[in-house]
Amino acid sequence: MRKIIAFTFKDFVRSWWNVLYTSFFLATALSFLFLNNDLSDGIVSIMNVIIFLCPLIGSIFGYMYFYNSQEFTNLLLAQPLKRRDIFLGQYLGLASSLSLSLIIGLGIPFLLYGLTVSTQIYDFIILLFSGVALTFIFTSIAFLVAIYARNKLKGFGIVILIWLFMALIYDALFLMVLFHFESYPLEKPSIVMTMFNPIDLSRILILLKVDESALMGYTGALFSKFFHQPVGMAVSASALLLWISVPTILMLRKAKRRDF
Amino acid sequence: MLQLIDLQKKYGKKPVLLGINVTISEPGIYAILGPNGSGKTTILKSILGMVVPDRGRVEFDGINTRNSTDYRTRIDYVPQIANFPQNIRVGEMLLLIAKIRGAQPKRKTELIELFRISSYLDQRIGALSGGNLQKLNLTLALMFDSQTIILDEPTSGLDPIALIALKDLLREEVKRGKTVILTTHIMNLVEELATDITFILDGKIYYKGPMDELKHQHGDTDMEHVMANILMDHA
Repeated sequence: MRKIIAFTFKDFVRSWWNVLYTSFFLATALSFLFLNNDLSDGIVSIMNVIIFLCPLIGSIFGYMYFYNSQEFTNLLLAQPLKRRDIFLGQYLGLASSLSLSLIIGLGIPFLLYGLTVSTQIYDFIILLFSGVALTFIFTSIAFLVAIYARNKLKGFGIVILIWLFMALIYDALFLMVLFHFESYPLEKPSIVMTMFNPIDLSRILILLKVDESALMGYTGALFSKFFHQPVGMAVSASALLLWISVPTILMLRKAKRRDF
Repeated sequence: MLQLIDLQKKYGKKPVLLGINVTISEPGIYAILGPNGSGKTTILKSILGMVVPDRGRVEFDGINTRNSTDYRTRIDYVPQIANFPQNIRVGEMLLLIAKIRGAQPKRKTELIELFRISSYLDQRIGALSGGNLQKLNLTLALMFDSQTIILDEPTSGLDPIALIALKDLLREEVKRGKTVILTTHIMNLVEELATDITFILDGKIYYKGPMDELKHQHGDTDMEHVMANILMDHA
């Protein structure tokens, strides 16, 4: 499997898309830091970009990579390799190279602005962890949809709809539920509902760390009320890891039975 | 030895294979023939484990291929459509597949010479023409010198020089005791090479045996006409 990971990683790192993606993060981080001139504000500003962008890019590139490498995958399937090693290898290779773009793209500007001598270094690590987790989650969802979809366009539509649902629609539905049932105690259901959206989870994880209560919103405030900071962070980080594992396991199960 | 035992496969509701039984135990060139969509590629892919049969099984040297991947080290497979990562160079691709397979590409240099692709080794795969892509496809598969060779429409896009080279190579392989299984729509190729044909029609084996016998049965010496007649009768 290591060979497949290494190949996929190298293949994507060399592509123009990857250069573009890294450059985008470089430019965004530099401009936010330049405008805010404060690492903490910079982290919160960039959070708003990565919690939407990492899932979108993970979804699109995950899906496109799966489809575009289908013939090559067929060649790999004819080799003495287990299906699990091929698909897990491709997934990990792609998600790692996307994550590397994020780490380099954000890392260089923050290092230039004195991250290592500041107290925000852990906040920044949590920001990167969330971005990487979102990349892995949505790449995994994209692989899962791609392995089920027989129609390329339909599958792509589903992937984009999932992203749209998690990034925008879910919150709107959430708010409607809160308004509709405002006379009931909603703390626990709200926390449970947050667990079902990795984008919300990432936002809460970052805001719990930077302690920006004004930006936490209802669920963030609930998280900090119900769990002390370390517990709240551990719960949301574990939920994110679960979000990575479940689609990946489902994808590998389907890969075992699928015809190529 | 390769055995297909009661192989059945449906794609959705469409039945493709309705119980295929084939045993190949002797060296030779075995052509799998049939009209478009008759399931030729499905048979080849079932042998390689790329398609999971609904019923029946494939045994390779007595091992059920469902539970194994190791048997593929003894098969060289040339897929129908050669499409590789576009960013990688031809030479790198040859190294990569050898690395992934974990086997020595014993005939790499010889095949690079044979298919005249040495001047393309530094080119990106995305820049190759269809014919050169097919030559790379053949080199990638055949460089491992395995005992069984499976080729799915291997001649598409090949120029006459490469085509002659491929035909000579396959004949040579049989002399060396290898088993070659191929699908093709080009009847000239079948007439020139095949020692045995399996004709698939409506998901079943319509005929299996020497080509001359089938020609004799239909009172025609031209294989293309024989095929066309069989298909017309079943239309």
